[in-house]
Amino acid sequence: MAVFLSLNHYDLLSSPRWVGLANYRYLFNVDPQVWTAVRNTLWLIAILVPLQVVFALGIAMMLARARRGVGALRTIFYLPALAPPVAATLGFVYILNPATGPVNSLLGHLGITGPLWFQDPAWAKPSLVLLGLWGIGNTMVIFLAAVLEVPQHLYESAEIDGADWFQRLRWVTLPSISPVILFAVVLGVIQALQYFTQAYVAANIASGQASQAADVTASSLGYPQDSTLFYPVLLYQHGFTDYQMGYASALSVLLLVVSFAVTLVIVLNSRRWVHHAAGAVR
Amino acid sequence: MTAVGATAPFVRRRLPAHVRRKRLLLAIANHSVLIASAIAFLAPFAFIVLTALMTNEQALSSRLWPEPFAWHNFVDVFREAPVWRWALNTLEYSVLATLGLLLSSIPVAYALARIRFRGSNVMFMIVLVALMLPPQVSVVPLYVMWSKVHLVGTLWPVIIPNWFGDAFSIFLLRQFFLTIPEEYLDAARVDGLGELRVLTNVVVRLAKPAIAAVALFSFLYTFNDFFLPLLYTGENPHHWPLQIGLAQFRSLHQVQWNLTMAATLLVMAPVIVVFFLAQKAFVEGVTLTGVKG
Repeated sequence: MAVFLSLNHYDLLSSPRWVGLANYRYLFNVDPQVWTAVRNTLWLIAILVPLQVVFALGIAMMLARARRGVGALRTIFYLPALAPPVAATLGFVYILNPATGPVNSLLGHLGITGPLWFQDPAWAKPSLVLLGLWGIGNTMVIFLAAVLEVPQHLYESAEIDGADWFQRLRWVTLPSISPVILFAVVLGVIQALQYFTQAYVAANIASGQASQAADVTASSLGYPQDSTLFYPVLLYQHGFTDYQMGYASALSVLLLVVSFAVTLVIVLNSRRWVHHAAGAVR
Repeated sequence: MTAVGATAPFVRRRLPAHVRRKRLLLAIANHSVLIASAIAFLAPFAFIVLTALMTNEQALSSRLWPEPFAWHNFVDVFREAPVWRWALNTLEYSVLATLGLLLSSIPVAYALARIRFRGSNVMFMIVLVALMLPPQVSVVPLYVMWSKVHLVGTLWPVIIPNWFGDAFSIFLLRQFFLTIPEEYLDAARVDGLGELRVLTNVVVRLAKPAIAAVALFSFLYTFNDFFLPLLYTGENPHHWPLQIGLAQFRSLHQVQWNLTMAATLLVMAPVIVVFFLAQKAFVEGVTLTGVKG
């Protein structure tokens, strides 16, 4: 159905008109925003996803070693993951607002001039990364369960062999939990490919656009300067603010192909580093 | 997990003093980093709460502590925007979607877990593919369909699909149904129950924790859902659920940050309350999603 629509010109009002591959030609050769959106989404996959995985793993490993207050600490690290994405984004846009936001106020007390965060094209995506790191609770809980299940005798024998802290991490912990890491990476990539709500809300609020009820959309998408124009945002813009259904379908077909390819590459590639020994975390 | 130390037949020798000192220092360092991170994780909540209690002038200054506490902000929020209307819409979406999802997904999951029929594996693969598919892929044709039947502008396009089963819930319930011993079901069948009665009388009762987890996830999902409701109700404020209303709250009324943060807090509250009330169902669900797969 999406493929059929993508070969038509269709604006919902008049009936679909067959245009062959024209939508795809426009997508690949003409539309400059497509490449901005693809670059921004790739940025999420290359920066946000690995940071989230490493950060969640770091917290989980520290929690696994902690002796007291584990329950309370785990709840604290998990809680932000529960916050509705719209609410969390609103909170961060306020906290990071350059004029009166608490973060820049605190930085000011330290004599540092804080960045413009969501107002600056160079800082908008890093601001979204901070928001993303705040919400790693789910991944962290899964990692914690996996780390706690690594058989203790493996550490003991590694220690007897004279392995230091880093070697134990590299040769015991990471191989034992590699299936869970794979799961987190695949999930993270799938979510990065769908990243919409936070980008939409951040752009809308940060731009301060006084949008009317009848026109809640359009002009603020991607603010500032298309730096938060991710692929799903672009699709939304074409499909549901401009009602170019044919073209939006072409964009969605490309998204389907890319999601499938990326997931396949990760899963095939993982055979080399994911460890499926008997007794490993399954 | 503690078995290694507890059942060992020998008593551990006391470790040399310098090793013990090193371990103590490591533990202190570990806890310090954890506590510092925990404070950083709590800080956004604290800033949101503090700002929600400030007067407008204060929220616009660089001071961090509200003085005096402006409790009436929480009343003003309801005056500024039709929050009750939005909450009712969210409730409608949540309840109708969750009920429909349970009624449709439970039988499907049971069939996939317990009844062998031609193509049952293919069916399960289809469910898995549906699980992986980004919603943006199917959204355009679906939108066209809903606009043909004139339901764009209402919440029905996000409610009705749940009545035909939800891939994630089917997957989760199937995993749980597979753990129920076949003998229980056979016993019921010997007693003369049909498949449907086996499902309603035996399976559903045994699977209560899994069903609670699915219902909980569905509540959370519908409560937080933004993309699809925005698509279908974006231009019809009368049908906005809470999340759309909150996203438009600030720009719509040109209201101040303090009220915006009060509204943000009000929208976060139900989820956090539900979390603390239903922690057990949560844990159950997270383990079911395949960590132990």
